[in-house]
Amino acid sequence: MSDLINFYTDNAGLLVDKTLEHVVISAIGLVLALVIALPAGVLLGHRHTGSFIAISVSNVLRALPSLALIAISLAFIGLSRANITIALVALAVPPILTNAYTAVDNVDPDAVESARGMGMSEGQVLRVIELPLSWPLIFAGIRTASVYVIATAPLAALAGGGGLGDIIVNQATYGLAGVIAATIVAVALAFAVDGLLGLVQRRVTPRGLVVPKELSTIVPPVEHEVVA
Amino acid sequence: MTAAVTLFAQEGPVIPDFGRGDECIRENGKFCLNWFLDEFVDRFWPRVVEHIELTVIAVAVGFVIAFAAALVAYRWSRFELPFANVSALFYTIPSIALFQILVPITGIGWFTVEIALVSYTLLILFRNTLTGLREVPAEAKEAAEGMGLTRRQSLLQIELPLAAPAIVAGIRVATVTTISLATVGAFITPLGLGAPIFSAIQTGANTEFVAASLLAIALALIADAAIVFVQRALTPWSRARSPAT
Repeated sequence: MSDLINFYTDNAGLLVDKTLEHVVISAIGLVLALVIALPAGVLLGHRHTGSFIAISVSNVLRALPSLALIAISLAFIGLSRANITIALVALAVPPILTNAYTAVDNVDPDAVESARGMGMSEGQVLRVIELPLSWPLIFAGIRTASVYVIATAPLAALAGGGGLGDIIVNQATYGLAGVIAATIVAVALAFAVDGLLGLVQRRVTPRGLVVPKELSTIVPPVEHEVVA
Repeated sequence: MTAAVTLFAQEGPVIPDFGRGDECIRENGKFCLNWFLDEFVDRFWPRVVEHIELTVIAVAVGFVIAFAAALVAYRWSRFELPFANVSALFYTIPSIALFQILVPITGIGWFTVEIALVSYTLLILFRNTLTGLREVPAEAKEAAEGMGLTRRQSLLQIELPLAAPAIVAGIRVATVTTISLATVGAFITPLGLGAPIFSAIQTGANTEFVAASLLAIALALIADAAIVFVQRALTPWSRARSPAT
């Protein structure tokens, strides 16, 4: 225990540097996944087509072991931050894609029909009706993805380096106290990001829309058997 | 000393045996198919078997624990939050850290890897089982009661079969997650397909870690497809109940 406290006091600068790197690595992976998965999921959900594609892509990506992806890209790219980024994007796309698709696809058809009846264009229907009603579920997917990404980013240390993984994977140098200290920071980071996203989620959720309790916790959304 | 020298002299110069000297391997190609095929049975297959063992044991043990906990939480809902929160905490702990942190407690070896793997399966299995049970239509439960089924009969004959698709969906996600995390477990002890990945990343032997990675990916995809196949065969009623469209 005193080892742990000593590590924090002796290596405060190192921990801050590695934590910032960790945030950057995680953010790159998460943002890329958002750019890929969010428009795709929302658009397919809006058109109520392509559920097979959305679900299959998610299922395949979810099955890919992160370490295997990192090792393969290491062979082809060499030591680089791209290795971990590929693995993190593969990890973050499934929850974002599935949730975005499911959320928009499941928006109350009556609401959508009324909007069309009022003369709204497709773009307006999406912007004014479907997206606001979908935000809670979409955000639940983003929060799950962020927890996965922050917890997996330490693998970066195996192929290119950077982030808290540099401490966690290097027990020989930093000792078990260092491993535990960096792990605690990583866990705290996951909770902090989840909490922040939770605040944003509450902000963007329309008043009057009740957020189910299960969406406001850190745990990932329940997986449903989806018959494609 | 002299004896040893004479012995060497008699046997001629010592030429290290590098096997057949496959050109691809000498050049450290990205993926040498011939070498992989030659080495598959001795070098890779035992790792595949270990990996399957690690995964099956972890999912089976995790399922027993999570299923029991879900039944308790289904009956008495105040038990839900504590269990969900504890198992959610594991999700935020990087696996490569958890394996190392467990070593001083449970030692280096198979047992430590399994403990970590089991703890990562709990959340998904618990939540899917509980949600599956809660989403059983009230009409079905009322009909069961009306037919005079006891609570236990209703659970076994009506509620669990209707919850089966959600439960199996949880097993499916838990299985592919475990296959992924088991590769990381080799960081502390050479077990499963992670072992050649870690050792070859150190030595830089491309073919070895690319091959082991491809095998891990293949294993995950095959397991995923196999579970879907088994589920469709075992629960034909699940297709009749179409999901929300």
